Amino acid sequence: MAEILICREGDLVDGGVMVVTAGRVEIGVIRHKDQYYAYRNRCPHQGGPVCEGVRLPQVQDLIGEGGVYLGQAYDEDDLHIVCPWHGYEFHLSNGCHVGDQTVRLKKYDVIKRDGTIYVAV
Amino acid sequence: MNELSKNVRDLSAEPYDTRTLLKNAVEQAIERRYEDFFMVDVDSHHYETESFAEIVSYIRNPVIREEAKFQGMSRGGITSENGSYQELTGRITRYPKRKTEKVPPTPHRDITLAERWMDSLGVDMAILFPTPMLNLANCPRFEVELELAHAYNSWLCDTILDSAPRIKSMLYLPFNDPDACYDTVQKFGHRKGVVGFMVTSTHYCRNYENSYMKTYAALQERNLPLGFHAGFHWSEQSQALANRFMAVHALGFTWSNMVHMANWLVNGMPERFPKLKTLWIESGLAWVPFLMQRFDNEFMMRTSDAPLLKRKPSDYMREMYFSSQPMEMVDNRKALEVTFEMIKAETQLCYSSDYPHWDMDLPSTIFDLAFLDESAKRNILGGNAQRLFNLEPVLSPVKQARKAARASGGS
Repeated sequence: MAEILICREGDLVDGGVMVVTAGRVEIGVIRHKDQYYAYRNRCPHQGGPVCEGVRLPQVQDLIGEGGVYLGQAYDEDDLHIVCPWHGYEFHLSNGCHVGDQTVRLKKYDVIKRDGTIYVAV
Repeated sequence: MNELSKNVRDLSAEPYDTRTLLKNAVEQAIERRYEDFFMVDVDSHHYETESFAEIVSYIRNPVIREEAKFQGMSRGGITSENGSYQELTGRITRYPKRKTEKVPPTPHRDITLAERWMDSLGVDMAILFPTPMLNLANCPRFEVELELAHAYNSWLCDTILDSAPRIKSMLYLPFNDPDACYDTVQKFGHRKGVVGFMVTSTHYCRNYENSYMKTYAALQERNLPLGFHAGFHWSEQSQALANRFMAVHALGFTWSNMVHMANWLVNGMPERFPKLKTLWIESGLAWVPFLMQRFDNEFMMRTSDAPLLKRKPSDYMREMYFSSQPMEMVDNRKALEVTFEMIKAETQLCYSSDYPHWDMDLPSTIFDLAFLDESAKRNILGGNAQRLFNLEPVLSPVKQARKAARASGGS
């Protein structure tokens, strides 16, 4: 398994994205709350550059006792990768589509070693 | 910098550019060899509001011109009557970033932007429509619709269509004023790049009123198709029951065209104007089999309600044209195949992207359908539109270059 050097740890700010080209494949590396995630930069929907959009938390409908609607909120613990072409949303944690777990992004391992970030491909 | 860093892009440092956003579409175009055939997009858009200062100068009435200069034209914010958050709160990045894109001073910005996405997708020619103006017919002041329609049509012809041979349009008909519709066809029907006329479907006009017949006759005589472009109007009473945009969009874009299709059929318009071609735009496809089945069933019991029809309603619908987007593709491949058969897609379906809107479809949505043969794919992606609009099938410079490179031994 090859390792691709991405950057020094401090080069990617929290909330930032870097996209690396490995042969014919693009991989997006996302830093969120000091965790690093790497996914193939291609949406399974129509092929959009999925890692190049925004990240937004899960929107929740808040339902109270007796099924009463209370309003909406963000679940800040469940950040989504949002494809900029059409808005397909995937859990940052595992790359699965929010509405259909069988639709998923290809995930790569991220390695931190000696202050440097690598992606294993 | 390390050796591998040249392969790494830091997105925070990149300006917005259509060609970057659509670079994966370019890959699809190359892999699928779109340079081997002519491709037409029959429903794409620009944001005419960004050129509104130019359009305003074409408003003939001085009072409305001054009002428009002062007031401007835009969709409005979260508290607007339409309450729209269609742009998905920034999730679709081309909405907020589009205005930052750098373009050269010439040609017109809208031409540059259109040709950038067209080249990325592999589209040779595109039918361009406005965006906020699709709801113009809901303006309670009909004279404003009339003036803005005239101004937009004039501006589009002078500024875009005259100088961009790859861009065509079906011009806006001010449907609240039947006489003005006729005048519009007379005035603009011969202009360069005008390949038909378009009715926005979110209005409350009866398309079978006698006052429209001279317009239909004029279109038929010129062999110019009539398009019904679907839309939504959140203030329409039944749609106002919805509290989420997805519901308004899914229902509104189909319902608005269903109503006009129903009236068009039961009043026997295909028999009255047998050579007038109609194109039903941006309602997707699932609504068509539904109406075919529903109408055929009722027609057999109530032929007296549609006495002008000599055949079943679906027979007439199979002779109409439909744009493909937003094509219902998720988990229903069999239904899609049946739909293609029912609407005679090989000759009647025309690919549309709806770019740059949020639910745009790439050409691969058609090209990758396993149940279509090569001939059907090419018809839907371009051939049907070429025949419908009488277009000269010229490949874009990008595709010509790609083809030449292949012929000379390139990849």
